[in-house]
Amino acid sequence: MAASTTVAPTTTPPQGPSSRPRRRGWAFHAVMVPFTLLWIAPMAFVLTIAFRSFDDIARRGLGALPTSFSLDGFTTALQDGAIGRALANSALVTLVGVVVTLFLASLAAFALSRYRIPFRRTILLGMLAGNLLPPQILLIPVAKITESLGIYDSLFALIVVQVGFGLGFYTFVLYGFMRGIPNEVLEAARVDGAGPTRIYARIIMPLCRPALAALAALATTWIFNDLIWAVTVLRTEDKFPITAALLNLQGGFVSNWNVVASGAVLAALPTAIVFFAFQKHFVSGLLVGANK
Amino acid sequence: MSSTATVSGQATTGPPHRRRPAAAVRRVPRIVWLFLLIPLAVELAWVFWPAINSFSLSFTRWSGVGAAENVGLDNYRNLLDDPIFRTAAKNTVIWTIGFGGLSVLIGLALAVALNRPRRGVGIYRSAIYLPMVFSLVVTGLFWRVLYQPDGAVNSTLEAIGLDGVSRQWLADPDTALYAVLVAAVWRQVGYIMVLYLAGLKGVDPSLEEAAAVDGATAWQRFRHVVFPQLRGVNTVVFAVTVIDSLRTFDIVWAMTRGGPYDSSQLLSTYMFQQGFTLVNLGYGSAIAVVIFLLAIGFIITYLVRATRED
Repeated sequence: MAASTTVAPTTTPPQGPSSRPRRRGWAFHAVMVPFTLLWIAPMAFVLTIAFRSFDDIARRGLGALPTSFSLDGFTTALQDGAIGRALANSALVTLVGVVVTLFLASLAAFALSRYRIPFRRTILLGMLAGNLLPPQILLIPVAKITESLGIYDSLFALIVVQVGFGLGFYTFVLYGFMRGIPNEVLEAARVDGAGPTRIYARIIMPLCRPALAALAALATTWIFNDLIWAVTVLRTEDKFPITAALLNLQGGFVSNWNVVASGAVLAALPTAIVFFAFQKHFVSGLLVGANK
Repeated sequence: MSSTATVSGQATTGPPHRRRPAAAVRRVPRIVWLFLLIPLAVELAWVFWPAINSFSLSFTRWSGVGAAENVGLDNYRNLLDDPIFRTAAKNTVIWTIGFGGLSVLIGLALAVALNRPRRGVGIYRSAIYLPMVFSLVVTGLFWRVLYQPDGAVNSTLEAIGLDGVSRQWLADPDTALYAVLVAAVWRQVGYIMVLYLAGLKGVDPSLEEAAAVDGATAWQRFRHVVFPQLRGVNTVVFAVTVIDSLRTFDIVWAMTRGGPYDSSQLLSTYMFQQGFTLVNLGYGSAIAVVIFLLAIGFIITYLVRATRED
């Protein structure tokens, strides 16, 4: 995205005098700068609240300009609000969930895309349809199933549910990607006597790296940000991921806005970091599903 | 196996090539079946089986212990007379139109504005994407802080002389739903913009230039040259937005829990309340089935679109 300026002069047949585009450039920034500032203002506001002291907020109000600097909000959120533990829970669920989902999805996509499985198109679309279902239609039975399996209220249940629900979408995307790999590459390996497992591990997976990276960035934010599955299969606060823990924090620290704001900032940081580190993957991940 | 050898005889000149490639592909090795069946079994067990169960549960009355009592269509009949269900249904329609309409309008406008490479475009884009990486819970909490009586929204309104407008946004039944909606749109716009930016890449620039040479205004060029070429993206955006709207739960749950006085209740939050807070599993399932029936048309639209380009 930073390199965009180098691509510029392809269009613009020089017909009008050059002053017109330049004037329009001014207008463009005159609109976009205030708009962008307005767009990020909510984040900036919450950030300042997070760093203000409770007394300052209580005395002068939330809307006042900050006159204090304090980390109390963060320490309270981490200690009494158990945000630290919740972040660890989220990290665990996200990491295992993303790896297992992508692994299983890549296996299914490999089978469907490279072998003549009967009704493969129907299977693929069926799997995708499962991912598009409104989760509400699954919640009550899923809670009941986890109870009858004895895994209700465990992080394991949350991971299993996340994997099951995400699979269809990732399979679909990876299927599209694997279809694009030329057959010659695989034929060469086959002639050399490589079996399906080797072809999958040594040829297909390395070639799918860009798609996997995009999906991993996307899946990370999806699983990390989920609330509804967490409140469906978990009851004990110790096991809550960050989203559910934040709601508890909000209930437990009513009107301690510096604590609530700090918790929200702590919850926002990991995904914001993933976003900035992998912005390209993230954006292509969003597209990969929609463009197909 | 050996039978494949008889079929061969394609222009293989060299040493004994016993297998013809196509035949080798046609015979699906056992391990490959396993590759497919394991993920498929997981999805069947955790998605399709529960979904079917919701349907059968919706014809019962059940509090989770003991046996479910079969009540036929009673739950659905009760839904029709339930004022909260009607509010939730109406709110879901408002939500779908408001959430979809606003995020598409703003997202498309921004995509058009930020489509051409120019100085600063990267920064603007990043700033607008950023909210979409936050969870809906985080977004909800951010805006809860903003909407407090002495928060940024009211102090801004007072600063520009609109004291009369300021109010307790989330505690007022007239505004709660819309206040949540604004927060949700703020987060969604970046995503819609990404989709349209990709769509605009596929728009042929020479057509627009030709129209410009012919004296078409910027609006005419957009309306008659660019927009028709975005039809594919529009379908996707439409389906995605409606599916997302019907799912919406987290942000409402984080900001109002459907209150005050059920004024911001959506079908999804009401379903959760019935199913998990009040443990009316049958009734909750019936609401879930209604959500499913509303979504299925758009799911099919998305699937049709997904297959066509393959």
